Amino acid sequence: MGAVPEYHGPFGKQQAERLLWRAGFGARAGEADALTKLGMKHAVHALTRPAPYQLIGPDPHDERNRPLAPADAFGHDHLAWLDRMVRANAPMIERMTLVWHDWFATSNQGVASQQLMLNQIDMFRGNALGSFKDLLVNVTQDPAMLVWLNGNQNVKGKPNENYGREMMELFTLGANRGAYTETDVREQARALTGWRGSVVNRQSTGFTFDPNRHDTGTKTIFGQTGNYAWQDSCQLCLDHPMHASYFVSKLWSYFVPTAPDAATVKGLASLYAGYRVRPVVEAILTHPDFYNGPRMVKPPVVLNAGLLRMRGRYIDTSAWWSLSAQAGQQLFYPPDVGGWDDTRWLDTATFRARWFISAIVQGADTPADSPSDPVQLTTRAIGFWGNPTITPTTQSLLQGFAKAQLKRGARAADVETALRRLVASSPDMQTA
Amino acid sequence: MSCYDCSRADLFRRAVARAGRGLPEIEPGMPLPAGTGMTRREFVSRTAGLALAVYGGAALSGRAFDDGIAEAASVAAAQQKTLVTVFFNGGIDGLNVLFPAGDPRYYQLRPNLALPQTVGRPFTEDDRLRWHPAANGIATLHDEGKVSVMPAVGYDNSNQSHFTSRHYYEVGGTDASLRTGWLGRYLDHVGTSDNPLQGLTLDVAMHPSIATAKVPVATLAAADQYTFAPPGLPPHPLEASILQEAANIGAAHAKSSEPGLATAGQIAYDSHHLYYGLGGIRSGFSSPVQYPSSSDPFPHRLAGLAAMLAAGLPVRVVGLTVGHFDTHATQATTLQRDLQLASDSLLAFQRDLEARGIADRVITHVWSEFGRRGAENASGGTDHGSAGVGFLIGTKVKGQQLGSHPGVTSGLDPAGNLKPSADFRAIYAALLEQWFDVDSNAILPGVSAFARPALLK
Repeated sequence: MGAVPEYHGPFGKQQAERLLWRAGFGARAGEADALTKLGMKHAVHALTRPAPYQLIGPDPHDERNRPLAPADAFGHDHLAWLDRMVRANAPMIERMTLVWHDWFATSNQGVASQQLMLNQIDMFRGNALGSFKDLLVNVTQDPAMLVWLNGNQNVKGKPNENYGREMMELFTLGANRGAYTETDVREQARALTGWRGSVVNRQSTGFTFDPNRHDTGTKTIFGQTGNYAWQDSCQLCLDHPMHASYFVSKLWSYFVPTAPDAATVKGLASLYAGYRVRPVVEAILTHPDFYNGPRMVKPPVVLNAGLLRMRGRYIDTSAWWSLSAQAGQQLFYPPDVGGWDDTRWLDTATFRARWFISAIVQGADTPADSPSDPVQLTTRAIGFWGNPTITPTTQSLLQGFAKAQLKRGARAADVETALRRLVASSPDMQTA
Repeated sequence: MSCYDCSRADLFRRAVARAGRGLPEIEPGMPLPAGTGMTRREFVSRTAGLALAVYGGAALSGRAFDDGIAEAASVAAAQQKTLVTVFFNGGIDGLNVLFPAGDPRYYQLRPNLALPQTVGRPFTEDDRLRWHPAANGIATLHDEGKVSVMPAVGYDNSNQSHFTSRHYYEVGGTDASLRTGWLGRYLDHVGTSDNPLQGLTLDVAMHPSIATAKVPVATLAAADQYTFAPPGLPPHPLEASILQEAANIGAAHAKSSEPGLATAGQIAYDSHHLYYGLGGIRSGFSSPVQYPSSSDPFPHRLAGLAAMLAAGLPVRVVGLTVGHFDTHATQATTLQRDLQLASDSLLAFQRDLEARGIADRVITHVWSEFGRRGAENASGGTDHGSAGVGFLIGTKVKGQQLGSHPGVTSGLDPAGNLKPSADFRAIYAALLEQWFDVDSNAILPGVSAFARPALLK
């Protein structure tokens, strides 16, 4: 049993920033510097073993100062979760909740009940760093999932295969690895029969397991035979010899853009004893590849929440959900059961939405005391966002821009606000 | 035991060429500049000038890009052939699109979903079959001899995962490790390094079938608005300069050895040059025919495509998506709705091409990742199957079915799925050879084993 390699390089501001962006929603002013003082291991534990969950800061409201209606108003579900991402004292809990939302990707497009979707996300949040077994067992009987993948219409005699297939392909085992056959899909569907319930006019009714709809016959799954029920379906997947390697590799992909080597997969799988998520996450966040490897593009909601945190701003407008949708990520509406594609966030259409998000977080505020010095203006513009690390390439271009604009007679205040926009939309800020 | 290929996201994590990142928005309906004294070359240069700016970041000068697009366009206007691929997303139920009304077994398998023998029009090539009423648009074109139907297209040992089977169709082979699309490899074979419009995705993200290894391609999401002034904020006095500088910063990072910075830089550069390139020509387009009115972008995208092709833009292959055809439940209403939209839009597109006099240059290929199970399920739906329905549409196609319908009495495999009577790889090979006049063996691995059907009139 090989141990998972651990990072032993410097843990400075840049490493702390990467950790905060990938395991949370970026750094408030001063947060990255403070984290460096803990050293990597304690910094990771500060995120993965947080103090009791609480929300800090003012309650969210829309542009007319009205409270949000997450279960009822379109888009307010997104805003309410974005608010948690901004205000939670334990951002990693929200980040892992987002991971599970992608992993068990359920869309309100098919569910048609914001309340059921919120309930599902609450369940993910309660298990954010807990047991994958609990997540799988809970999501299998979750009303939103039952509607989304037709588990509520999977009946003895005429099974609906939708959930059983995705449970193996996307949730636990992976396609094209020889882990299961089409016969297993059919037999899993039989084992999963029995759930009922529906959404009528956005209200959920009658979600329950109905033994009369369950197929009590003998099923053969992964070569084992028994009178399996839905709990057995879950357990058979979890016990499958190819589950652990799938689980750790998929989890890894949320945090590191390059594939794990074979030894790392093996080491992570050995940490996955008892289906515990936290030890695997901690090993990923302390892995050399996490710090030494290439940058990842920030998902749109992560960027949005992070920019708000950098500015110390809270949810005070309903603009964010539609802008985030244009940037490719509306919460509660993943594109399909496969979730969002982390390799495809950036194109010229989504860049435009990111441009709007950063401009609107920045707002119309104009400084009254802008100096007429390009270097100082640049420093102040970066300071406006809480002093994130900006590459020398970008910094020198910003200074050059300021110099040229001042020379052309632009007002220093306008140059400063222009620089703020350029900092937030820079390639530096799109990636971590 | 390695899990590196577990998921679709992983498959494509390494697959997507950065060449495909840009999205040149083109003024599609700009009329030919008759009487203005402009040459076609100048017209195209100005129309597509954004594209040279967008994609000029590579080794080529802007001038070379300009020349490349102009040169390609001068060929395009006369003889460029275009292949439009339309993906029916989710695995459309071919057995209810072209339904075996003459097969009693069909009514046993589908007591609730079977269409009555009295609806839809008869399929003139096989009196056992009828068209779903919502497919009337395609049926109309078929009766005019402009549709070759593939009543049971697929491949042996069909994979019933959406993601895997779709991937096979996209890469043009049953190989999960292939990373370029079948159309992308065609472009790598015959395309140029200076014409991104040669491979155009009209969707929110590039279609993997168009992913290239060498040459640039383009993706265009929403054609009608591409402004950068932030909504709800007062205009910034330096707005134009900010955009310009964002592009400069992007360009400086575009060559970074750090892939994340390089991509983000390239996109910033692309976006703003796209914006500049559009300039005053972003005035929409007009269509000579009426398209279905829908909140779904599909008909509008087709209308824009017809206008682009009519404007002589050098587009070789195009990808679009339509529908939610993964009908595990309540299939009857969903299939009716989405098939109607798809079929009506395709009819309008064909009429548009005909009205513009360019129909002989275009073939539309309609595909889906699989068909659905012969028997219905208890949810008023159908589960994933094997062979499904596909179409080739255009004035140049032969208008005769490719393979015959195997029926549901003896045509189902032991799992209850329709057996294929045509292999998608054979269709691809025939399209490449007969429509594009290239050797498909160089593009589709292992395709020499398949007999090529004759596709064209």
